[in-house]
Amino acid sequence: MENPRFELTASPHIKGPDSTPRIMWSVVGSLAPVIFAAIWYFGPSAVFVIAAATLGCVLTERVFGPGGSLKDGSAVITGLLLGLTLPAGIPLWMAFLGGIFAIGLGKLIFGGLGQNVFNPALLGRAFLQAAFPEALTTWPNVSGPWWALRGDNFALPFMSANPVATVTGATPLGLMKFEGTHTELAKLIIGSTGGSLGETAAVMILLGGAYLALKKYLDWRIPISIFLTVAVLSQIIHVFMPEEPGALFMLFSGGLMLGAVFMATDMVTSPTAPKGAWIYGGGIGVLVVVIRLWGGLPEGVMYAILLMNSLVPFINRATQPRLFGTGKEAAA
Amino acid sequence: MSEQKLPVIETESGGAQPPPVQVEASSVRLISTLAVAGALAGMAIVMVFQWAKPRIDKHNAEVLAAAVTDVLGGAQRYETVFLDGDHFTTEPQSDTAGLDRVYVGYDANGQPRGVAMEAGEPGFQDVIDLLFGFDPATGDVIGMKVLNSNETPGLGAKITYDSTFIGEFNGVGTPLQGVKKDRAKGGHDEVVMITGATISSRAVIKIINDRLDAIEQPVDSYWSTLAPAAATSAAAKSGGSVTNAASGGGL
Amino acid sequence: MSRRTTPQEDFIRGIWKENPVLVQLLGLCPTLAVTGTVDNALTMGIATFFVLLGSSVLVATFKSVIPKEVRISAYILVIATFVTIADNVLHAVVPEIHKSLGPFVPLIVVNCIILGRQEAFASKNTVGRATLDAIGTGFGFIITMMIMGSMRELLGNGTWLGYPLFGAHFEPWVIMVLPPGGFFTLGFILLGIAWWKGRTAVPVRPRRWPHGVTTEVGGSTS
Repeated sequence: MENPRFELTASPHIKGPDSTPRIMWSVVGSLAPVIFAAIWYFGPSAVFVIAAATLGCVLTERVFGPGGSLKDGSAVITGLLLGLTLPAGIPLWMAFLGGIFAIGLGKLIFGGLGQNVFNPALLGRAFLQAAFPEALTTWPNVSGPWWALRGDNFALPFMSANPVATVTGATPLGLMKFEGTHTELAKLIIGSTGGSLGETAAVMILLGGAYLALKKYLDWRIPISIFLTVAVLSQIIHVFMPEEPGALFMLFSGGLMLGAVFMATDMVTSPTAPKGAWIYGGGIGVLVVVIRLWGGLPEGVMYAILLMNSLVPFINRATQPRLFGTGKEAAA
Repeated sequence: MSEQKLPVIETESGGAQPPPVQVEASSVRLISTLAVAGALAGMAIVMVFQWAKPRIDKHNAEVLAAAVTDVLGGAQRYETVFLDGDHFTTEPQSDTAGLDRVYVGYDANGQPRGVAMEAGEPGFQDVIDLLFGFDPATGDVIGMKVLNSNETPGLGAKITYDSTFIGEFNGVGTPLQGVKKDRAKGGHDEVVMITGATISSRAVIKIINDRLDAIEQPVDSYWSTLAPAAATSAAAKSGGSVTNAASGGGL
Repeated sequence: MSRRTTPQEDFIRGIWKENPVLVQLLGLCPTLAVTGTVDNALTMGIATFFVLLGSSVLVATFKSVIPKEVRISAYILVIATFVTIADNVLHAVVPEIHKSLGPFVPLIVVNCIILGRQEAFASKNTVGRATLDAIGTGFGFIITMMIMGSMRELLGNGTWLGYPLFGAHFEPWVIMVLPPGGFFTLGFILLGIAWWKGRTAVPVRPRRWPHGVTTEVGGSTS
């Protein structure tokens, strides 16, 4: 601008300190406790898998993304989140491929950050789940020495994992659905159960989420409405059908915590208005309970969030707040 | 309003060339053209169908024979039996097309080995059609083969080719009980389901149980008329051997 | 037709420049639905080729006899006849593939490629040129089906026409033989073609005004 006195731009004229990179790198920081828990429970495998997924995302963003888009950190978040939703024993080439699909099909094809309809990390995982159903449902056992690999991580690209290398366990939800046994609540909270890398330690996820909520980088209504819906609905079902699990088990098992705190609250793919956030969270909660109890799969958080993602534009349109100073008719 | 519009229309039509005179083909010509074309098409199709029909039928019969042999543990030939009203017969009074049917398989000695029947119900994605062999004498299922299914490749589709799962149906008491691998107690009526494909496995078990529920009564009564006759015919063929007849009766 | 085309152009056009699937985006239903394996894709391609060639020759031969008012009905009648013949022959000759193609062989009758060629070309040109055009378009369709089928079978099953190419330890991408795999594959092929065609084009940039107002400046205005 040659002449500062005649600067002609649209609002806003006063800007706060928050910028996209600042928010994104804070989210990366808030994931630190979750990643720490993943490494604590799953050893070097956790480091490799998360690194491979992140590398896939970052490289794809670098090659196909608009110039300089790496600096905003969103590709790193997608990679970390994708890595955290994968089982520890997955071959690294699959995690890498998931990263490529997450960024390529989940974000760049829509036009980059801010344009995507679905959460990129979950889209990457959904692709992997559909492409490699066996590898994505092979859960390593949590016991054993810390430094041992939890599976055939170094399988050659395009080759299957060696099944001998994996000591398989089961997730609490899988145990509930297919075996009818329940896991202790304390184990679920600290995370010493089978499952994806980042979904087991509920307390660490809540820690990261609380930090983000305090900084107002996530809409607290979304996780709270998901938790409330899941808890109330599953408790009601538990009362009438005692063989189905109760509220606490449903809350602390599977990917619900990770999904509700870090995936559903993605700023791009969640509703903007407060009322919309409640509708969106409630929808995810209902879908999670329905898929978990009556669906063919033990876990439904991923599909619940992706389905509600696709409804966000409609929720936004329906819950647009009235403009200040306009009448009721003008709002519509 | 109309007074204002009228001149506009007049100028438009006045400026344009008069529309070219369309030669309207008569309805008779239209209809006769299509009729001739339809007749020729029909003839062509009938000729091809005449050529294809015996080949298609032959193939279908071969596939069915192979499947019946499969699920009845090596039956040499089979006989189609129709459910006419409430009983089975080889020569029904009404047209066979709409009748329920089962296939009775005989071994090399002419002894009835069992009854193969088709059944189908929705699975995980689409209807699963299968054929299973049933031994009315012991009440056991003696074999199962999925004929048509559209289950998830890699998971539910295992019901068609997972030899361990298919092997579970070789001699298992009815009604079948689906059990998970870890909880199998080795009972005679237990079918161990495929890990990760519980829905499809359950569907297969339910299809067989439902089909037997509906049809076991007439099958059993037909079998009881069949077994002694088969035994005597077998005895006659094998030179009146008493032991053979006795074992045949005991089937 | 404003410009006369040479016979070579009639033939080549359907294969690349006006490829029925990749450029005209016609006939997507079989392209997405039955390209899970190479043999299904090839059988479907050949069946469609046969129907297209037969219909084009017949329509071009009888174009002066067919009254204009019932021409679409007549085309459909001709096409449906060839489809029924193809369906019966496939059922008799390759029953296994016929079974896995399911309803998609009868559905050739509503394939836009075939009706489109009759209305746009065969009904206005000589038998010879209509034949060349049908062969070219049919080859274009077969080639596209083969590309789709090869990519999906290679990744989704590790085989090509049933022969394993990557050894026993290949991890199949199950999604590629499922319906989403068809959309992915077609999407990637179209993306590649768009890139290939656009690689020499100079992008038109909107002119930026100094005060931050962005205005699209079209070439035809002013």
